[in-house]
Amino acid sequence: MAKTYQNPNIIKRLRADYFSNRTDTTLTLIFGACAAWALWNLISWGLLNAVWSAEDRDLCAHGSGGACWAVIDARWRLIMFGLYPYEEQWRSGIACVVMVLIVGLSCVPWFWNAKRISALWLTGFGIFYVLMRGGYFGLTPVFEQNWGGLSLTLFIFATVSLIGMPMAIVFALLRRSELPWISNTMGVIIDTIRSLPLLSIMFTFAIVLPFVLPSWMIGDKLYRVIFGYALFFACYQAEILRGGMQALPAGQEEAAKALGMSYWHRIGYIVLPQAFRNALPPTINQFVITFKETSLVVIIGFFEILASGNAAFGNSEWNFAHVEVYAFVALIYFVFVFALSRYGAYLERRMAVAER
Amino acid sequence: MLALLKKKSVRDDLWQFGFVSALALLVVIFALTARSNLEAQGLTSGFGFLDRATGWGVNFSLIEFSTSDTYLKVIWVGILNSLFIGAISLVCATFLGTVIGVMRVSGNKIAELVGTTFVEIFRNIPLLLQVYFWYALLTALPKPKEAVSLFDVAFLSGRGIYLPGLNVSGIMVFLSVVLLVLSLSVVLWIKIARRLQRLPQIRKTKLVRGVWLAWVIATLLLFWIGRIPDTTLPNIPYLKGLNYRDGIRVSPELLACIVGISIYGAAYIGEIVRAGFNSLSKGQGEAGHALGLTPWQTFTRIKLPLAIRAVMPTLINQYVWLFKSTTIGIAIGFVDFFMVISTAINQSGQTLELVAILMGGFLIINYSMAWLLNRVNDAIKLKGTQLRV
Repeated sequence: MAKTYQNPNIIKRLRADYFSNRTDTTLTLIFGACAAWALWNLISWGLLNAVWSAEDRDLCAHGSGGACWAVIDARWRLIMFGLYPYEEQWRSGIACVVMVLIVGLSCVPWFWNAKRISALWLTGFGIFYVLMRGGYFGLTPVFEQNWGGLSLTLFIFATVSLIGMPMAIVFALLRRSELPWISNTMGVIIDTIRSLPLLSIMFTFAIVLPFVLPSWMIGDKLYRVIFGYALFFACYQAEILRGGMQALPAGQEEAAKALGMSYWHRIGYIVLPQAFRNALPPTINQFVITFKETSLVVIIGFFEILASGNAAFGNSEWNFAHVEVYAFVALIYFVFVFALSRYGAYLERRMAVAER
Repeated sequence: MLALLKKKSVRDDLWQFGFVSALALLVVIFALTARSNLEAQGLTSGFGFLDRATGWGVNFSLIEFSTSDTYLKVIWVGILNSLFIGAISLVCATFLGTVIGVMRVSGNKIAELVGTTFVEIFRNIPLLLQVYFWYALLTALPKPKEAVSLFDVAFLSGRGIYLPGLNVSGIMVFLSVVLLVLSLSVVLWIKIARRLQRLPQIRKTKLVRGVWLAWVIATLLLFWIGRIPDTTLPNIPYLKGLNYRDGIRVSPELLACIVGISIYGAAYIGEIVRAGFNSLSKGQGEAGHALGLTPWQTFTRIKLPLAIRAVMPTLINQYVWLFKSTTIGIAIGFVDFFMVISTAINQSGQTLELVAILMGGFLIINYSMAWLLNRVNDAIKLKGTQLRV
């Protein structure tokens, strides 16, 4: 809670923040001691006593008391690129950079209109796909079965967003249709999918769909799972967008009607831009969750970054180093998710200021 | 004919009809393809397989289960396990999350820092990764022979955590827990029921104490009846051969799931609780202070009840969402609803039926959970003049 400072000199500020009364002092001492203890242990484990080079494997196998970062040194290519052919791994690396760039650029307000953002994502995604898949410009083809690691995680995330977002817009429009049969049916579909676990949806699309689809529609398992995930994403995102639309004053659409705009013009120029603006913070939150939950595809049997992490210590040579590998993979996720969620919080604050 | 199409109402009806029949057509196509595919593979459809014996076992079950029991029973075992793990994790997550949330609004900078670090670390890493991590840590504990001992009554080993228990039959313990939940609801009812509003506070306190006393007596009685003959009442694990005997074994799978979901949930619930406290107007706390209440009284009597009411709707969504994440158990081999269905599909081949059961089960559980919590919310939310800030 904010405190007001009458005289902002350092000692008084310290007293106000940490030692204002007896309870406060006790809390400071207890939590300070715990935090210091945890921090010290972390530093001595992760930095001071750590083993850094892959040549020193024997040193950490016999317990140096510190972290064995040697496993990362030895296995980072497996963790980052999975089973992608060794000579072609530079492609996978560049593809990751491209994808990170797209996500970064999408955060720049200049791109925030339908044409620019779709152009950005379609070009970026095209470059990513050509780099990964190959077959053009003299690149050797590498099929989806061999994709893995971070690039597969990013690929799933990007495809889900790319398919899911237009689907979400359609769902949201159908859901708020004036025609009761359409809006109610859509409501039932959205609510049903939202109350199922993502894992069961992915599982259904991987295992059940081959039974109920004609053979020419079945496609690769990876794309079926991605489609199922996109459907799940779209149902959540549709509700977020609907919230954004409901927050619009009714006068906006009525004015557009009075000016004689057609339905599509009203939606495209009046409703959707403002709905997206209203719904921006929860939308970013949804992307954050979507990125984190791409990890669930491990269970369906894909080799994304968490699975390749498991494989990195899955042999007898490094089987003692699971904590280090998990810490490394967690750090990668953390960097992406933390940056995205901080950006969301920043937008929320900025919009709150604009409202005033 | 064309003139009819110019009428908006007719066009609307056609649109609706088209939309619904397109969906229906999709379902029919699915059903027909499924039937021809199943016939081609020579599989029989229908729910008859539920009465067949499974022939495979589960490693954790709240009720008696053997390999000769039916599919119906194994599904029931899975549902119970999911509910069990969900209930424990949600309670732990709520408790821990409230502590974290309160730390973040406590006004003490160090407590705020610790709370923020906790939230940012555990909220920004996928749950699956966290569960894998806890599982790896728990299975890396020493072998039973070198287990870490806590006061010689509880032991931590890579095969699981061994805790002391009571030599009482399971059904009686279950009954006692049911009674506990029952008395808790009666206590809550006494405290908030409109019908008892006129009752003086002292009478209410006495009633509440009476309820608790009744529960204690009933539990003691139940335990007495349910005693397993010829054994001592406390049941302390001891090492025999390569493993521990007696006591309660908490498997690493179960514990990793509970720890993972609780901590992940706590990070989210902490944020919700913090938002709830921040939404209170400053005047509430100041008024409490002005009336001469101690900070603790202001917190428990004024801020906390208001904050709970403010966050209840968000919390309900969070609970449903957390319950769905119990499906993660399959990743480390905990036998939850999802894993039972998945194994049953592998073993029996009745994919469509089992997936239908899975979806139906989750729909029923989630909808009833949301319904129940929404009733609670309706009962406690501020009404009419209480809404003045």
